[in-house]
Amino acid sequence: MVARAAVAANAVAAAEFKSGGHELLLFEALREALIEEMKADPTVCVFGEDVGHYGGSYKVTKGLAEMFGDLRVLDTPIAENSFTGMGVGAAMKGLRPVVEGMNMGFLLLAYNQISNNCGMLHYTSGGQFKIPLVIRGPGGVGRQLGAEHSQRLESYFQSIPGLQMVACSTPYNAKGLMKAAIRSENPVVLFEHVLLYNLKEKIPDEEYICCLEEAEMVRPGEHVTILTYSRMRYHVMQAAKTLVNKGYDPEVIDIRSLKPFDLHTIGNSIKKTHRVLIVEECMRTGGIGASLRSAIIDNFWDYLDAPIMCLSSQDVPTPYAAPLEDATVVQPAQIVAAVEQICQ
Amino acid sequence: MAPWLVRTSSQLARRAASRLLSPSQHRRHRAPAPWILCSVPPVPRTSPAAGGGLREFCSVRGFTGESSAAAAATAEDGLAGGDLQELDFPGGKVSFVAEMNFLPESQRERINCYRVLDDDGRTVSGSKFQEVSKDMALKMYSEMVTLQIMDTIFYEAQRQGRISFYLTSHGEEAINIASAAALSMDDIVLPQYREPGVLLWRGFTLQEFANQCFGNSLDYGKGRQMPIHYGSNRLNYFTVSSPIATQLPHAVGAAYSLKMDKKEACAITYFGDGGTSEGDFHAALNFAAVMEAPVIFFCRNNGWAISTPTAEQFRSDGAVVRGLAYGMRSIRVDGNDALAVYSAVHTAREMAITEGRPILVEALTYRVGHHSTSDDSTKYRPVDEIEHWRTARDPISRYRKWVQGNGWWSDSDESELRNSVRHELLQAIQVAERMPKPPLTELFTDVYDEIPSNLREQERLLRDAIKKHPADYPADVHV
Repeated sequence: MVARAAVAANAVAAAEFKSGGHELLLFEALREALIEEMKADPTVCVFGEDVGHYGGSYKVTKGLAEMFGDLRVLDTPIAENSFTGMGVGAAMKGLRPVVEGMNMGFLLLAYNQISNNCGMLHYTSGGQFKIPLVIRGPGGVGRQLGAEHSQRLESYFQSIPGLQMVACSTPYNAKGLMKAAIRSENPVVLFEHVLLYNLKEKIPDEEYICCLEEAEMVRPGEHVTILTYSRMRYHVMQAAKTLVNKGYDPEVIDIRSLKPFDLHTIGNSIKKTHRVLIVEECMRTGGIGASLRSAIIDNFWDYLDAPIMCLSSQDVPTPYAAPLEDATVVQPAQIVAAVEQICQ
Repeated sequence: MAPWLVRTSSQLARRAASRLLSPSQHRRHRAPAPWILCSVPPVPRTSPAAGGGLREFCSVRGFTGESSAAAAATAEDGLAGGDLQELDFPGGKVSFVAEMNFLPESQRERINCYRVLDDDGRTVSGSKFQEVSKDMALKMYSEMVTLQIMDTIFYEAQRQGRISFYLTSHGEEAINIASAAALSMDDIVLPQYREPGVLLWRGFTLQEFANQCFGNSLDYGKGRQMPIHYGSNRLNYFTVSSPIATQLPHAVGAAYSLKMDKKEACAITYFGDGGTSEGDFHAALNFAAVMEAPVIFFCRNNGWAISTPTAEQFRSDGAVVRGLAYGMRSIRVDGNDALAVYSAVHTAREMAITEGRPILVEALTYRVGHHSTSDDSTKYRPVDEIEHWRTARDPISRYRKWVQGNGWWSDSDESELRNSVRHELLQAIQVAERMPKPPLTELFTDVYDEIPSNLREQERLLRDAIKKHPADYPADVHV
């Protein structure tokens, strides 16, 4: 798991492929990845609530139980800590479970197993037992789902040694990251976003995976490096349109790998633009943005011409009322204003 | 329509209802196996001809455990008569009653305890147990003695400041060794932390135990865990993880994996009376029952969770009664009776594997030692109580009486064994103590499968710091 070289040279990798490609929605891309991996490797299995015959609350596992049977696509009772623990035990015994949290927020109940065992047992056993577990599920701020269903767990998990974390944002990288996560020997948490499941994109017909530790160059530019991930990528790209009209040339990077950060790609960008804006959905305190800022200061201080700006959600539970909820999520207008300020 | 599509809910209801068989239908099934004490009719292993073919693949909802297959098959045969007295709800039919009766919080009598040897080491008349060969019996005895001596000497070593921590299994030697003896090497062991005897039985050497306790460079855990956190993938003994009861769901996962591979092996997981209060206990037992996973849940009810006595831990009749609540077969056994523990685990294992079901075994015993070297149990329990269990109720001397009674052991064998174990242990400790600690690189390996760049960077910074200020760092750690 060594941080690789810069992201693929072709920023539009998704569009350049040999055969025609096929169009699908993000949740279908996740499912396609699961099906391909389960067909190729009999040790891959799925645990979660309502993942079997119900097909999963966001339909990511729809049809899998019929294809692979009730044992490989296991409906579990409601006990997140315990079915995550079960995943740890199965992984230690040689299976490759994919554990679904119906909503990422529920995995807070599994924190003990994730932190004390999942992240730790490979280390404390002296490398004797490995835990090739994938933990995935929908998270982030949705549409009026209320505070308990709007958690940003990447913020809470990022400290846990032994875990890897990635966030998907397009059908292309969703499929690629899911496949890579399943094949990884380390425990990987794959963050999906509740509002991105119906994104449509054409993806290659031939097999591919995405590197877990790589960031994705979304829009090359010269004036400012905008680092973002998951749903905020789309708010950033919307802001980018406005910025381009105003004469700015932002470089947009979807960091994708939340733990570890792809400092190679990020660093190369900062060395070019000398200005950084981080746009995240995490809360201000202790979020991914906070850690990323810290890592950039440690490594690229000399290349900065301006203080690093970070746009985050406030340190409040996400309210239900729509206008209040919108106010807690970073909006394109704020991103435009921030870039203008940095580039003064 | 594909035959593997989910059955309709009415069929599921009928299947569940079939479990409530009327007495007339008992005759369809084989007589209950002798170990079944309660009145619940056993689900037969082989179903009647009808319905058997539908269960061959596991796509149909509900797993291809034989018990569910049989239950499904019997659903086809129809229900008990007298539907007017029954209510139809999700989960099946129930008879109704006009009198309002609350189930009592406890039965009039506690669940009986299975025992083979009396306090004088003689087999109780009429006792049924799994026979053991002389070799097996002697091996069990000598490992129990070895465990006792190992515990005593390592405890002393901690008191002398040579290791930082230790906890003993005093009083639970029969549980440790006899349960291990009833298992095969393919069975997966998920311990809490008071079961080193299982590892000892499987072949972990005294030197290997000492290496872990000293956290030296030969420790399989590479010096990363406190003493007694043993682990060996070679011997199918999962590394000890201190948080209580986290290993219970792991056991279900491991059993799930065995079930997928259709292996002739089970998982066994140990926990104390205190562990039954954890949420993971509840969920793991529930899961295992629903999933028909071949796990043995072995509860060492030793009366104490550090300073909390069982009266303050739960109000149920121990752990054994909870099996019924989860739809799981269970047994209570005298944990200080090596033959009883051996027989119970041997049978539980057979049931778990052949019938694909979990079993709960509650072994009643007493924690003779303190919780650990960080505890002084005389602060919360009477010294004479501890002494009574240490002497009059000692599992080792009781079993020794049986072994000697068979003419298989003598006093001179005893002193020879004790001397040689003690000598070997002291040697092992000396060797382990002199062995260097793991080098600095091992601080950063195994966090992931390969060392990532940020950890390499952190290692570099640490080496720099040590080079600049060597006096501030321990001299004996190889950089």
